Formats: sequence, C-alpha cells, structure tokens
Amino acid sequence: MDSNNKETMIAVKGLKKSFDNNHVLSDIDLNVHKGEVLAIIGPSGSGKTTLLRCLNFLEAPNDGNIRIANTTVDASQDLKKQKKAIRALRKSAGFVFQNFNLFPHRTVLENITEGPVIVKGEEPASAEKKARKLLKKVGLANKEDAYPSALSGGQQQRVAIARALAMEPDVILFDEPTSALDPELVGEVLGVMKELASEERTMVIVTHEMAFARDVADRVIFMADGQIVEEASADELFSAPKRERTKKFLKKILEKQ
Amino acid sequence: MDVIVDLILKSAPFLMKGAAFTIGLSAGSMILGLSLGFLIAFMHLSPTRLIRWPAMFFISFIRGTPLIVQLFLIYYGLPEFGIRLDPIPAALLGLSLNVGGYTGEILRGAIQSVDKSHWEAAYSIGMTPAQAMRRSILPQAIRVALPALGNTFLSLIKDTAIAATIQVPELFRQAQLISARTYEVFAMYLSAAAIYWILCIILSRLQSKMEQRSNRHLRAN
Repeated sequence: MDSNNKETMIAVKGLKKSFDNNHVLSDIDLNVHKGEVLAIIGPSGSGKTTLLRCLNFLEAPNDGNIRIANTTVDASQDLKKQKKAIRALRKSAGFVFQNFNLFPHRTVLENITEGPVIVKGEEPASAEKKARKLLKKVGLANKEDAYPSALSGGQQQRVAIARALAMEPDVILFDEPTSALDPELVGEVLGVMKELASEERTMVIVTHEMAFARDVADRVIFMADGQIVEEASADELFSAPKRERTKKFLKKILEKQ
Repeated sequence: MDVIVDLILKSAPFLMKGAAFTIGLSAGSMILGLSLGFLIAFMHLSPTRLIRWPAMFFISFIRGTPLIVQLFLIYYGLPEFGIRLDPIPAALLGLSLNVGGYTGEILRGAIQSVDKSHWEAAYSIGMTPAQAMRRSILPQAIRVALPALGNTFLSLIKDTAIAATIQVPELFRQAQLISARTYEVFAMYLSAAAIYWILCIILSRLQSKMEQRSNRHLRAN
C-alpha cells in the first residue's frame, strides 16, 4: 500500500530551533504514519534529541508547524497563547526519557496512575486496574509498591514506558531510552519496545542501537548538523546508504561494535 | 530545698499559663508564617518583576532587621498611624511576618533545587504548571526544605520570648514577674528554660519523624 494513503500521525513542517545563535535544527520536514516505527540516528550534536523534544514542546521551536494526531501547534505564533493545544498534544504523545525521570516520591503504581488520574481525571480504581495490566505487560507485575530508587535502570525504564502507555497516546517518542543503562540491562528495555512495535504502535525512537533500529524500525532517518541527511527504509539505509555523510557515520559506528 | 520546691509548685500554674501562650503563639505563627512563606516563595519565583520585587524586598527587610525592632514597629509604631493592636495579635503578626520571610527563602531555594527533569516528566504527561508544581515539584522540595524549616521553627519557639517586651504574658514574661516578686531569680529562669527546652525537644522529634516519612522512598525496599 502506498504510504500516502495511510493516516499521518505526526506531521512536521519547517521546524527550526536555535539556541542563541547556534542553529540546532534548520527547516525540518517530517511525516510519520500510523503504525510506523521511525528510528532517528546520527552523531551526538546532530540535533536528533532536540528534534524529538520539539515534537512535544519540551523544547520550544523557533518556527514551524507540528501536528500530532488531531492537534496542531504553530510555532511561528506565540506559544504562550497555545498552551492548551500544547497540553493536548503532549497527552497524545507519550515521551520516554533517557534518564527515565520517574516521580521519585511515588510508587511504581502511582507513577503510572498519576497521568490518567490527575491529567485525564480517570477514576483511581480503574486507573490502577489498567496500570497493573501495563506492569504485567512490561514484566514488572510484582513491583507495583516499590519506589523507583529500589529498581534497576532497566526496570525504571520499563515503568517509564508503562507510564507513557497509561495515557493511551497516539504516538510514543523515545529519547535514547537505553543510553543510560548498563549493557546487561539494555535487552529487557529493547524487548518491551519490540513488543510495542509489533502491536502497530506509532513510535519515534532516537537511538544509538543500530542493530535494534535495523531490526525494528520501518524507516530510518540519519541526521547531521541539524538536518535530515538521508531517509530510507531500515534495510536500505543500513545496507546501501547513499550519502557520503551517512556512510562515514555507519562505518565509524560499526568499527566500534 | 523545701522552700524552692514549694515555690516552684506555687508558681507552676503561672508558668504553665505562660507556656500555653508560648505554644499558642508558636503554633499560630508557624501556620500563618509558613502559609505566607509559600506565597513569598511563589512570588519570588515569578517571571514578572512587579510580583517578584515586592517578595525580594520583604525578604530582605525581614532578614535584615532585628525581630525586636519589627515587633516594636508593629506594637509601638503603628498606633501613630491609627493602627492599635493588642499585644497578642501584634506578636502573632510580627512573628508570622518574620517566619514568612525566612521560610519563603527556604522554600524558594528548595523548589529551585528540584531538577528540571521532574518538571519535564510532569509536562510530558500533559500536566499544567500548577499540577506539576503540586504533584511533582513541591513534594520533593518540601523534603529538601524540612531540616531548614525545622531550624526556623525551633528559633521561632525561642523567639516568642521577645514578645515579652511588648507585654505578651508568655512564659518568659511570667518567669520575670514571679522572680521580681519572689527574688528566686535562678530557679524561675531555669524553670522557664526547661519548658522551652522540652518544647524544642518535642518539635525536633516531630521533625525527625517527618523527615523519615518524607525519605521513605529512598530506602531500598
């Protein structure tokens, strides 16, 4: 099926971001279709994390138009006047942080029910029921009363994924979800993400895990110097990159591994 | 010896009455002062200068002038402007303002000490700034602030003695009155000291309990 016929879940047009006079993102256009898994790779400083953080306005873009599901925010207009739209957009875009960012003073279960109960106004009982299901899904059914400090990094990240899922988002954004983990804990998090990908969820993953990107992503974007340098199916980008910059980057990464 | 025991027994009701004023004044200014402290902290954190500056001015004045001068300004000074307060309301007002200035600064620092990532976590699930403050930032900030708040409240209990200078019949004032009558100066002031000490020990215990409670998420479970 032609991808243009699929529903576009994320549509980015003309996204620009600079810190002081430093252009971090210059004129990014990006579309992600429903059920698509998009991986963003690139050297550090390429702007890939900034791009992801601009998608839910954790970073305020200087210009451009961002639509996620049914919510559009126009960064060329005053963002202060679009607070409601930004919040709506965030509700439909789950975000998984590199450093997990769980609420340290709340138990695992409370971390997951926080959004549904406080933001969406769900009944605590039904939110808890749902949270337990999600904990089972990420393999932490026995940890609901633990505090984050008692969990390993891998377990914390799986709770963070469950927390994002609890909002029933239309898309999930992952910001280097395994970069802060000890090597032996990476697998358990990637395992959960792979399962989500197999459920036809729309996912955007900024990652350094090339093997995972190749295995799980439908499409891969290579970014450098704040621009999208190359964009192709995972197989194509990894086995036959077209741009010199992409080839150099992949060669360097593969040498390391 | 019997004479002293007898004296202490006889003066106990007066000391207890004074202690009751001390406790009431301490508790009242703690509650009012802490409420004011939250207001001052939020004002100080405002991006709007017109809101931030009055808070900074207030904190600077409270921390930069002696408490006894602040109390005299209220009790002896305000009547010149037609505002006449009885000793107890004047003391309650002065002590509350004083506590408000100190706790405001403590709370501001504690709120700012919470890492930006906790705001982002709250925002990422669609919270408003007010929700993020209430649900994510404040619980963590209060944990940070507890030791310093405890110190301020200990100081407050002892500072209520200064209210004696504006005729509040609190503990120290009672000790003064009794010792002036009986000439048992040492015994009376020692009794007063013991009562202040006991009150402070109780508050310290309470503080440790609250700290333990607020740190429970850090114990491995």
